[in-house]
Amino acid sequence: MTKAVPRPLDSRQTPNRGRGFATFDEPSKPLLVDDEGNPDFVAIQQSEEFTALRRRALLFIFPMTALFLAWYLTYVIASAYAHDFMSTRVLGVVNVGILLGLLQFVTTVALTLSYARYAKRRLDPQVSAVRELAGIVEE
Amino acid sequence: MRVDGPATGGNVAINISVFAVFVLITLYVVYRASTRNTTAADYYAAGSSFTGPQNGIALSGDFLSAASFLGISGGIAVHGYDGFLYSVGWVVAWLMGLMLIAERLRNTGRFTLGDVLSFRMRQRPVRAAAANATLVISLFYMVAQMAGAGALMALLLNVQGRVGQGIVIAVVGVVMVLYVLVGGMKGTTWVQIIKAVLLLLCVSFMTIFLLGKFGFSLSAIMETGSRNTPLGESVLDPGALYGGSELSKLDFVSLALSLVLGVTSLPHVLMRFYTVPNAREARRSVVWATMLMATFYLCTLVIGFGALALVGSETIAAAPGGENSAAPLLAFEVGGAVLLGIVAAVAFATILAVVAGLTLTASASFAHDVYANVIKRGTADPRSEVRVARLTAIAVGLLSIVGGIAASGQNVAFLVALALALAASANLPTIIFSLFWKRFNTSGTLWSIYGGLSSCLVLIIFSPAMSGAPSSIFPEVDFHWFPLGNPGIVSIPLSFVCGWLGTLFSRTKADPVKQAEMEVRSMTGIGSGLT
Repeated sequence: MTKAVPRPLDSRQTPNRGRGFATFDEPSKPLLVDDEGNPDFVAIQQSEEFTALRRRALLFIFPMTALFLAWYLTYVIASAYAHDFMSTRVLGVVNVGILLGLLQFVTTVALTLSYARYAKRRLDPQVSAVRELAGIVEE
Repeated sequence: MRVDGPATGGNVAINISVFAVFVLITLYVVYRASTRNTTAADYYAAGSSFTGPQNGIALSGDFLSAASFLGISGGIAVHGYDGFLYSVGWVVAWLMGLMLIAERLRNTGRFTLGDVLSFRMRQRPVRAAAANATLVISLFYMVAQMAGAGALMALLLNVQGRVGQGIVIAVVGVVMVLYVLVGGMKGTTWVQIIKAVLLLLCVSFMTIFLLGKFGFSLSAIMETGSRNTPLGESVLDPGALYGGSELSKLDFVSLALSLVLGVTSLPHVLMRFYTVPNAREARRSVVWATMLMATFYLCTLVIGFGALALVGSETIAAAPGGENSAAPLLAFEVGGAVLLGIVAAVAFATILAVVAGLTLTASASFAHDVYANVIKRGTADPRSEVRVARLTAIAVGLLSIVGGIAASGQNVAFLVALALALAASANLPTIIFSLFWKRFNTSGTLWSIYGGLSSCLVLIIFSPAMSGAPSSIFPEVDFHWFPLGNPGIVSIPLSFVCGWLGTLFSRTKADPVKQAEMEVRSMTGIGSGLT
């Protein structure tokens, strides 16, 4: 395990050039590390960059989790208690239940891809911005 | 083999040779992969050297156990729609892992679930609790797989009688301990990758063949299938297995809840996330696993109904191994003795690889959490920790051989569902609270682990699965008072409530500094040394 190493003093004076949205045109920030160069987690947790990251992550994760669990349980409960509806033939002998089950596969794949895309475009850059606060420079 | 014959007859030689070739190749790969296998990081987490796609394939391999390949296709072939419901739960479940668990677990821990749960709590009691949960869940899951091996061999190698099956189970146990001792996590992961690729190729081939035969119409396969079962067209509708009484409907909802919440709380699945170098790769591995699982279970839908159409449910039910024999019987119909041999070897390899993964997880949990941190209080020398892990692997192997022989003949998919209920009850609420609830503290952690684990165990013991029904483990006695076969619907919410109450009633508050460290680290990797 490597400790986060603070950048040399001179580079601390250079502003963070726009890696996170909160750092546009702001004066350079001191690194959020203690005397030994270890990250100051409480300060990072309260930083604008981190609260923005947390908000972005949770705003996606919690509603989507609630959504897919509700949709899955609806399907399960319908299968258990709404036999007639689920047994309605749609295409040949393929019934509503099979189609809804296949739709579960489709929504799972779609949600997986949309989370991967969201994380790549909206979360990863913000993670880099927070990591810069602790002096970790991405390659 | 004739389909109406009692066993595989003349194909035993082919089955054994395909299987022996597989074991030799994988043992060689394990040996080659193990050159640098001395540190704890190598042994437990393959030095975090796998890429997301590699780990994704291995993850799907971990989950494509005999229960899901043989059990699900057999379940669909015999129970139709109700068998299909299992596969839906097992695909949807990966969303939990993707969004809530994978990345945060990778950033926070090093080798075990105990690393994460004890991060901001008092180390020793929480690590001990996490290790207890891991050992109980892994043993349950392992006994299920070993029991499946015995049943499978009855069909594939024409091994009849308890002694013969016992020997088969012992051989499985010995080979898998070899994998773990020689290869550690790296070797085990390569075995999973090889096996998962073979299995996916197998099911894709069978699916394409079946679709081609029936003019690429799922409806045609299902219609032909429905003429080959005493259930008639109702096999296509929900309710063939769980449609009887109000209780069985509730039992089904309970099962579905365990499936969707249990998969990504399984210790051996969680431990896979440590084999990749960072959170982004952990995310990629779940994306890969989800895609592969979705493909796989779409194929099993076709294979299940295809087996019904070409083999017929009465032949399947009468074959040795019962429901579990649907996929092998279909393989024989489709590709003759050679394809049967390959499917048989892959199915057997599946059991071997999954059990190896479980053994590794259980031994890591004991050596890293109990030995190094509870007994030695964090001062153990890493070499002795790995030695303890190897000794534990041998002990766990022996235990599961004994358990597997004792449980041989039990319903495999059902035992797996119980292990999932245990995982969802003991691990999931604790992981969620620990990651997302600031005030969660040591006593909340202990309450939710032990509350979930013990309530789930008690309800299993007093359920119809254990006694009082023709299909239970002890059919001749009746001490059941809990009406459901799967306890998930009670024990999972109960564990959440326990965690919440334990936190409220505790006099010691959560440590805000450690909480800040865990939250920042879990979301960004700062302090973990990961890139």
